[in-house]
Amino acid sequence: MISCDLAVIGAGPAGLAAAIAAREAGVEDILVLERDEAAGGILNQCIHSGFGLHTFQEELTGPEYAARFRARAEELGIPIRLGVMVLGLGSDRVLTLTSRERGLEQLRAGAVILAMGCRERPRGALNIPGYRPAGIYTAGTAQRLVNMEGLLPGREIVILGSGDIGLIMARRMTLEGAHVQCVAELLPYSGGLKRNIVQCLDDYGIPLRLSHTVVNIRGRERVEGVTLAQVGPDRRPVPGTEEDIPCDTLLLSVGLLPENELSEGAGVALDPVTGGPVVGEDFSTSVPGVFACGNALHVHDLVDFVSQEAAAAGRSAARFLKGGPPAGPVIPIRCRDGVRYTVPQHLAVEAMPPEVTVRFRVSAPFREKYLACYINGTRVFHGKKRIMAPGEMEQYTLRRAALPADAREIVFCVEED
Amino acid sequence: MDYDVLVVGAGVTGCATAMELTKYTLRAGVLEAGEDVCTGTSKANSAIVHAGFDALPGSLKARFNVEGSRLMPALARRLDIPYRRNGALVLAFSPEERAGLEELLRRGRANGVEGLELLDRQALRQREPRVSPEAWGALYAPSSAIVCPFELTAAMAENAAANGARFHFGARVTAVRREGELWALETQAGCFRAPVVINAAGLGGGTLHNLVSREKVSLVPRKGEYCLLDRKVGGLVSHTIFQLPTRMGKGVLVTPTVHGNLLMGPTALDVEDPLATDTTAAGLDRVIQQARRSVPELPVNRVITSFAGLRAHPEGEESDFILGEAPGAPGFLDAIGMESPGLSAAPAVGAFLAESAAYLVRASVNRSYDGSRPAVCRPAELSPEERAELIRRRPEYGRIVCRCEQVSEGEILDAIRRCPGARSLDGVKRRTRAGMGRCQGGFCMPRVLELLSRELGLPPEEITKGGGGSRLLWGPTRKRGGEGE
Repeated sequence: MISCDLAVIGAGPAGLAAAIAAREAGVEDILVLERDEAAGGILNQCIHSGFGLHTFQEELTGPEYAARFRARAEELGIPIRLGVMVLGLGSDRVLTLTSRERGLEQLRAGAVILAMGCRERPRGALNIPGYRPAGIYTAGTAQRLVNMEGLLPGREIVILGSGDIGLIMARRMTLEGAHVQCVAELLPYSGGLKRNIVQCLDDYGIPLRLSHTVVNIRGRERVEGVTLAQVGPDRRPVPGTEEDIPCDTLLLSVGLLPENELSEGAGVALDPVTGGPVVGEDFSTSVPGVFACGNALHVHDLVDFVSQEAAAAGRSAARFLKGGPPAGPVIPIRCRDGVRYTVPQHLAVEAMPPEVTVRFRVSAPFREKYLACYINGTRVFHGKKRIMAPGEMEQYTLRRAALPADAREIVFCVEED
Repeated sequence: MDYDVLVVGAGVTGCATAMELTKYTLRAGVLEAGEDVCTGTSKANSAIVHAGFDALPGSLKARFNVEGSRLMPALARRLDIPYRRNGALVLAFSPEERAGLEELLRRGRANGVEGLELLDRQALRQREPRVSPEAWGALYAPSSAIVCPFELTAAMAENAAANGARFHFGARVTAVRREGELWALETQAGCFRAPVVINAAGLGGGTLHNLVSREKVSLVPRKGEYCLLDRKVGGLVSHTIFQLPTRMGKGVLVTPTVHGNLLMGPTALDVEDPLATDTTAAGLDRVIQQARRSVPELPVNRVITSFAGLRAHPEGEESDFILGEAPGAPGFLDAIGMESPGLSAAPAVGAFLAESAAYLVRASVNRSYDGSRPAVCRPAELSPEERAELIRRRPEYGRIVCRCEQVSEGEILDAIRRCPGARSLDGVKRRTRAGMGRCQGGFCMPRVLELLSRELGLPPEEITKGGGGSRLLWGPTRKRGGEGE
């Protein structure tokens, strides 16, 4: 059995930021575990720009953003082990690792930060009928093939789902000489960032077909076409609206799911809405000494927020390792009416820092509606928002000074007026 | 190329037959239209070794099902493939359906099925708490089991090959001639001759039979659609749960798989196209509806994939397997119409056909037959110490390629290097489960592609999903030296 003070699972943007912050807070013995052959996580395949506007006030590509954190980790001498897969995590913070170089190992960690990222929903999760030929990929797999392996999956493309990776890949495939017929979206609105719709679809004349879905896939060996149909308000296909689109490739961008098999194995309580761990304002999970951040916690729209949250998780792990004072009473942060979830899901009022950012997503697009915050049933905030959309994360800053001593519950919701 | 016995088709029946043939002193060849073993009916079914209670007593289905079910445990042990006797329950939803259970019990006893028992509501709920409260009683068959049909077929093929049988892939039979005492089979891979031919060509078996026999048969493709659920919910039920069989077959079942998933299906719909393995919205809806009748709590949001298979159903009611010499075609033995319980029956059918073929070519027992199979390395099943030792010797077992099913690079290389080995992404998936988990290959596909490309010495754009025209990639990107440079 080997040991370390802090084990960080994943060297993507979350894991790197968490490890850096923990080291800056005084944790000496850190081990970052990465299953891929390079640190940087999903950013390594995101070669488009638009990263880091909040963090660095400049527009970087994914690999550039990752490189800054990698360089800082290197400067601090934080060891990052590559090509190592964590097979298991116990509630006693013992990790089982496997790698080519060192085989099977047990690692005992004083604290653990979960930063495994997320994965894409596959075709099977949608139960799209039809054949199962070659040429059906998730957008992220296609992105990896194109940007990292130099391989083009196909030439005539239909994209189902308007998540950000799907939008980015519509542009990327076009730049590679492929023809993107359309992006179909089941919902009456896009799940991606507005700026991506403009820069990746509108600028290239790629139609966004809202309230449409793929109801059949043709082709026994390779995709030969898909049937697109309009859906009604119940999201079921409307008979008679079917239209055949010949294509050789179907890309799917139909949702991201935090990867939490390890968390579940350790007994970490998960939030059924986010798919990630339930955490407090210090990003602690239900298992002592285990913290979560990044897309393993909840799926983010901007990497800048990932870095911020991960750094906070790293500092909390450092406090835990130093045996910080007990957190004291904890109150729930709830949501209703238009707010789908919040992170954190609870708050230790006495132990909280002066400011805590609560992040959340709304359940549908809202125009000219109010975001409200209630404490103990009393409305403490009521702010008008021009637009709120499920594709963009919202946030609200709770100030310790503004919390009453008897605070029992905090609730977020969207209100008409 | 000349053989003593040629098997047409490398599905579970063909591979079982090939394996059994190598127990005799004869030259056995297998002709397969596809690029791998187990690419037709054998790859898309319920993966059940049926107990044998629903076939009509006296039928070939009854005899070979019960025999096959008895042979399977020892076969699974010696070939090192996953098999589990989990027992089956046939539910009755009303007192009126009790007659149906009693008929199955009577048939089962006549067929020689052991341990059958009728359960009342309470005994049923005790045995399987998640079944529908509407279920009024059940027939319990303890000898029903689950198996991995991919590994079973591949393992029998490997054993056959290790004992001297030769496999020819991409060898679809296009014409059959009689040349003296020999059958000459024209294929896309050349002409093959043998005095004895065994027709295990699945859905193509009817056409092949009709080329040589004076008595024509008609096989109807009967489509069955399935949904596979995530392993997280695999423990919801422990038995294979049937409803009463209908005219069209055994009906929709809910069962755990040997790999811990939950499987529900199949539908039964006769179609015209023998290649129509597409799923349909109506079919998948029906699977879910019917499965929920047996197990109401089925979490259908945990479906990770769906698929359809085609059974080769001989026209007519209560039809039976078609086994033995085709009328008017000496030495041409049929093994067709192998719909359910074809998988369960395969080991017994293979032994029967091999014995008949050996008699025809006057072969004797092959004393050097080796019944084992080169050990399969499954790191996840080893103790931590054994696994650590394995990786020390062979580091490739330490690198995980498929995260969801935790499949290592070493296992994927083994699958490609075995004989007959995987030539495609699906071939690797069927042998190792890489890509079969909840992400359905999103992460591991580029890595498996790379390993296939390296091992087979082919550029990545020539690697296929499952042979033929199923190429995975269009080609290199512009930067990589494709168009535009």
